[in-house]
Amino acid sequence: MRRVAITVNGARHELELEPRELLVYVLRERLGLTGTNVGCDTSSCGACTVLLNGESVKSCTVLGVQADGTDITTIEGLVTNGELHPVQQAFHESHALQCGYCTPGMVLATVSLLAESPHPSEEEIRSALDGNLCRCTGYHNIVKAVQAAAGA
Amino acid sequence: MTTAETQTGAYIGTSVPRKEDRALLTGRGRYVDNLSVPGMLWLAVVRSPHAHARIKKVDLKAARAAEGVVAAYSGDDLAGDFAGPLPCAWLVTEDIKAPAHWPLARDKARYAGDGVAVVVAESRAAAKDAAELVAVDYEPLPAVTEVEAAAADGAPVLHDDFGTNVSYVWKLDAGEVERCFADAAVTVKERYFQTRLIPNAIEPRGVLVQPNPATGELALFTSTQVPHILRTLSAMVMGVPESKIRVVAPDVGGGFGSKLNFYAEEALAMAIARKLGRPVKWIEERSEAYVATIHGRDVVQEIELAATAEGKVTAVRTRLTAAMGAYLQLVTPGVPLLGAWLYAGCYDVAAYSFQCTGVFTNTTPTDAYRGAGRPEATYAIERAMDALARKLGKDPVEVRRLNFIKEFPATIASGLTIDSGDYHASLDKALALSGYEALRAEQKARKERGDVKQLGIGLSTYNEMCGLAPSRILGAIRFGSGGWDAATVRFLPTGTVQVITGTSPHGQGHETSWSQIVADRFGISPDEVEVLHGDTAISPMGMDTYGSRSLAVGGVALWHAAEKVIVKARTIVAHQLEAAEDDLEYANGRFTVKGTDKGMHVKEAALAAWLAHNLPDGLEPGLEETAVYDPPNFSWPGGAHVSVVEVDTETGDTRLVRYVAVDDVGKVINPSIVDGQIHGGVAQGIAAALYEEAAYDEDGNLTTPNMTGYLVPSAADLISFETARTESPSPTNPMGVKGVGETGTIAATVCVMNAVVDCLAQFGVDDLQLPATPERVWRALEEARR
Repeated sequence: MRRVAITVNGARHELELEPRELLVYVLRERLGLTGTNVGCDTSSCGACTVLLNGESVKSCTVLGVQADGTDITTIEGLVTNGELHPVQQAFHESHALQCGYCTPGMVLATVSLLAESPHPSEEEIRSALDGNLCRCTGYHNIVKAVQAAAGA
Repeated sequence: MTTAETQTGAYIGTSVPRKEDRALLTGRGRYVDNLSVPGMLWLAVVRSPHAHARIKKVDLKAARAAEGVVAAYSGDDLAGDFAGPLPCAWLVTEDIKAPAHWPLARDKARYAGDGVAVVVAESRAAAKDAAELVAVDYEPLPAVTEVEAAAADGAPVLHDDFGTNVSYVWKLDAGEVERCFADAAVTVKERYFQTRLIPNAIEPRGVLVQPNPATGELALFTSTQVPHILRTLSAMVMGVPESKIRVVAPDVGGGFGSKLNFYAEEALAMAIARKLGRPVKWIEERSEAYVATIHGRDVVQEIELAATAEGKVTAVRTRLTAAMGAYLQLVTPGVPLLGAWLYAGCYDVAAYSFQCTGVFTNTTPTDAYRGAGRPEATYAIERAMDALARKLGKDPVEVRRLNFIKEFPATIASGLTIDSGDYHASLDKALALSGYEALRAEQKARKERGDVKQLGIGLSTYNEMCGLAPSRILGAIRFGSGGWDAATVRFLPTGTVQVITGTSPHGQGHETSWSQIVADRFGISPDEVEVLHGDTAISPMGMDTYGSRSLAVGGVALWHAAEKVIVKARTIVAHQLEAAEDDLEYANGRFTVKGTDKGMHVKEAALAAWLAHNLPDGLEPGLEETAVYDPPNFSWPGGAHVSVVEVDTETGDTRLVRYVAVDDVGKVINPSIVDGQIHGGVAQGIAAALYEEAAYDEDGNLTTPNMTGYLVPSAADLISFETARTESPSPTNPMGVKGVGETGTIAATVCVMNAVVDCLAQFGVDDLQLPATPERVWRALEEARR
């Protein structure tokens, strides 16, 4: 077991972790933040995407101990004072989610994209979201939502 | 009867933003893996690495001794825990060979992934670790994974008692097929392989069972499309009264047919929870899902057309060899037959012959995957129509127009009746939207210039039968349940409405669309309507969500329930206002005495019904009604899609550059949600055309065992779609609605494949099988160049 300190959505947590514990299970099962979903076991689907020091990472591919000292934002951390983040709002208004399972990862990947490139072209959007799979929407409305959020 | 035209409410036909979104967008979804209860154990399944092997010994000693392990069982250990095997509810012929399918294999493993033992432990990790310690002594046997090879004499037999891998032969014949072929000026004979597909709902399956040892109750929380069907089947498999089973489908992360089933893990979790008196959870991993959750398609098709010299098709003859996989899951044998009536597509033919042979293979069982039987049918007839056009030297548009069914309702050669449609209108719109003539000119110019990148233009004019389904027809084709659905509308005393639906959404937005239907009937806001679903304790009657049935059956049931509420409210209002019922006019939730301004809102009637201080003699208090609706016909969407691909003739790289979808799904409740269904369906159809293919090696190992080897397309692999609608309301229901969930998938695969073949045909190649990968396209071009 190893002792780590991780800041998640602004709250600092000190935890004793097994070296093999994945960050996604630390978030879900130790901290009860079940908004981050697990969709695969090969780092392919991106459902587990969170922001680590502001950059999107697949939390199934990061060990909990690697996150020691980092600042993490999960989907639960995007809402402020009951208000949806502009990217969440754009997903809602563009009907960019159906079953919702990929949505937390897709939203956080979008937040990360727009931080780096505030006005991406459609091609940039599609390329940036290449690591996040959605089976419901065909991505059509996700791309529209990202464009809407970029314009907002 | 009130018709669609009289619905003047503010919400039907409007893109009301979804009520479901806020929870899902903020990480408050309740998927099964988000549920935990005290004392919960974790289940892990030990799976056969062999596609076909005799199980000689299962040694559980080391697993049982491992830290955190509570129990471990083999198939033999659990033999007494089930009252019956996992059910197949669609035994398509009287003489079908249907093997007993137990939750764990006992004598033989019949596919790589077949469960042979389970481990139950205090944690997810302990269960997984201990599963590795189970030692199974296998005697490997020859395996067969390819469907035609499995049907051949001398193939390894999966189920020894049957002496053959052929499960059934199912036939449908109508009209003088032989004579049409004898008289035909032109015939076409084609052979297509329908790729095996892996559904890939982004949420893998998951199960949590909470037993109550004191009462014998079992609560099954499961990622399913069919909680009601599961409750009934669970009673049969577990040998407990149905009243003791509660099934809950919480938030479900996509289904596409893959969660329309009764799976071994559901039965195992119930059995073990009951045995140990503790809650048991099983969460599927993605790689596990690739073998443990059903696959789709895997059918060899032969289709023949008989036609006149002008290209008028007179007869269609189809022969299918369909892989069942190792066992029959819930509706495995029936899936290819959902296309049985559709191999003449939207064309008027005189004679029709269809035959399907269902065959066991040493593979994961197949079952319903989005479209189920209908994408295959549409693929075959639409490719064959293009082949006919090439043979005649005509444009595929011209051949289609010559053959379209023009008058509705239309009884087709295969025997069913299409409710409504206008195939010319959809095609006109799709051609205009795509700029078809200009595309053809561009294609010709590139060919003449000898560009490296050449264009292909594909058409798919499709129809389909969905909205499963009239119970009498289901009975006639030996389907093991009815096709009705139920809805309850309950006014609460303070005027808000609870809707209890028998449908079970997993992304389709029923909470929003159902609220719109009710809001319009009662002149209230959708926010005043709460839609409850997916829990058999709340909605005791329902037939769940599959086969594009929710709106066309469950939504119509809801409309009727609302009508019944209005009837009762009218009686109450008439009594309260001392008016005759016939003198009351009803509009947007308000009853008015004709010619006066005296009136009362249905909400006020609800309060009066609850107070019960002043009701007519004999009238029951409360304002709540249930309707059960059995549709008189399937619903028949149709439409025309056009796609454009660019093929790099040097590398075979094939890119989709345009996709135009014009769909006719009758009246639309929420345009935005309907568009979303089209987008997602089209994407899955395109994926099957260009990317996805589950493959086995000769030993029966899945060689596309996870998302790195099986190409679920990302945003970067797809494009934005151009969508439009035509509208032929269904005359069979008062809202004029049809199903929409599968249309995109049904139309899109062949639309894209026709585009690729259209391009290659310029170079003399028209034999290409799914999916059109760069390698396949390159090889086809090389063949042509030789």
